[in-house]
Amino acid sequence: MLARRSFVLIAAAGVMVPSVVGATPEEVRALIRAVAGDAEPKPGRVRLDVPQLVENGNAVALGLTLGEDVPAGAVLTDIHVFADGNPRPDVAHFRFGPRAGVAKVATRIRLSTSQTVHAVAVFADGSRWQDSVSLIVAISACLDD
Amino acid sequence: MWRSAGVRLALAVGLAVLPASAEEKRSGYDDAGPQVRAMQDDDMANPAFLWVQQGAALWDRREGGARSCADCHGAVQGMRGVAARLPAFDAARGRVVTLEQRVNLCRTEQQGAAALAPDSGGLLGVVALVGLQSRGMPVDVDVSGPAGEAAARGEAFFHLRQGQLNLSCAQCHDRLAGQSLAGSRIPQGHANGYPIYRLEWQGVGSLHRRLRACLVGVRAEPLGRDDGLLAELELFLAARAKGLVVETPGVRP
Amino acid sequence: MAKPLLNVPREVRAGQSFEVRILIQHPMEPGFRRDAMGAVVPRDIIHRFECSVDGEEVFSATLHPAVSANPYLSFTARMERSGTMVLRWVDDAGVAAEERVAISVA
Repeated sequence: MLARRSFVLIAAAGVMVPSVVGATPEEVRALIRAVAGDAEPKPGRVRLDVPQLVENGNAVALGLTLGEDVPAGAVLTDIHVFADGNPRPDVAHFRFGPRAGVAKVATRIRLSTSQTVHAVAVFADGSRWQDSVSLIVAISACLDD
Repeated sequence: MWRSAGVRLALAVGLAVLPASAEEKRSGYDDAGPQVRAMQDDDMANPAFLWVQQGAALWDRREGGARSCADCHGAVQGMRGVAARLPAFDAARGRVVTLEQRVNLCRTEQQGAAALAPDSGGLLGVVALVGLQSRGMPVDVDVSGPAGEAAARGEAFFHLRQGQLNLSCAQCHDRLAGQSLAGSRIPQGHANGYPIYRLEWQGVGSLHRRLRACLVGVRAEPLGRDDGLLAELELFLAARAKGLVVETPGVRP
Repeated sequence: MAKPLLNVPREVRAGQSFEVRILIQHPMEPGFRRDAMGAVVPRDIIHRFECSVDGEEVFSATLHPAVSANPYLSFTARMERSGTMVLRWVDDAGVAAEERVAISVA
């Protein structure tokens, strides 16, 4: 009886105390401001594709494209990706050079908990645009075996 | 004499039927969810192909004075169908031999090369490469004669309650397959995709690694890599998967 | 570093965007996991990827620990004339992998 109760307590503690803590909302906003300048990036132009229900946070497919609201002649220079619930919110910074083709990037990322993923796109004219997806993560990437 | 023949017949019949849940057979792929399935479906994005590439390099390589796999077997495409029929009972050795064991037996006995370390990139690569040649083919192991007796021992292990948690493989993978455990769906436990890229491992691993994790999970003594019963269990699992196709290299959560 | 897996077309049309897909084996150890003894497993990730054609930048990425193990990347490029594409990965240990692919433009 006692052994069973302590097993349950230990199991509960193991589940409720992750070894890593997420960033605060201010830290995430500061990071976005660092790449976006003082103005809040406008929603639009960049499209962030990530599933809203993530079964396993170890390898989440992430896609980035530009929407149809991008005017002709606009030149994309960078896309920054942040995950506001991860131990560290920076995920990746992609830069597009003169030999880049159409804006289309894909990779796989780790997500530790249900959170919002943000993408901030920077254009050659200095404008900054953003998209975000709030998602639920069933199994975290960051807990130990 | 008649009694053992009767037992053998009963076992042969028993192995031909579906698992206790009596549902249609489901591969781990079907229980894995859309994102994991998408990874397995795209050879250009399935990380297991990094190991397959390693295996392909090893296939052609002559180490020192040793022969390469290709020296005897030619192009690896000639291995089509081999993985679908393994594990198999080796009459000369009097025991079941798995593909992994066969690779190292070839290396030490035929090639004059050293055995590849268990769960090493090289061994996983060659096994994944050979398995890939049977991808899409029905799992088709032979359980007649002495192979049937060996598989029956594997089946007995599958039904054995063990460990501090006193659980058998059958309790989860026959009776509770399809239900939820810690955010994932309990699969039927077929091994038709091995070696697999497992998200939890963040790499490719063998069936033995997975079985070891399960046995440790119920706090039982894990089967040693060279334990004959491990190969017999793998043979039973392959027989139990009859109706599914080889998916090597699979991706699982 | 182990040899990467490249999916790059060897022949492309002038000025037409084409896809490049790459995979490389790397644990991408984030630096917050602990081993069986409780010690922190040190960070070791590929933090930089660069792709250029004849010296001109196509695409580059600064990667953080949130990128999955065995990193997969897909991006696009555009070429006007035949040339050599150079792909380069750099990890925290300073180890780099580099691949060169000759691409001809029709």
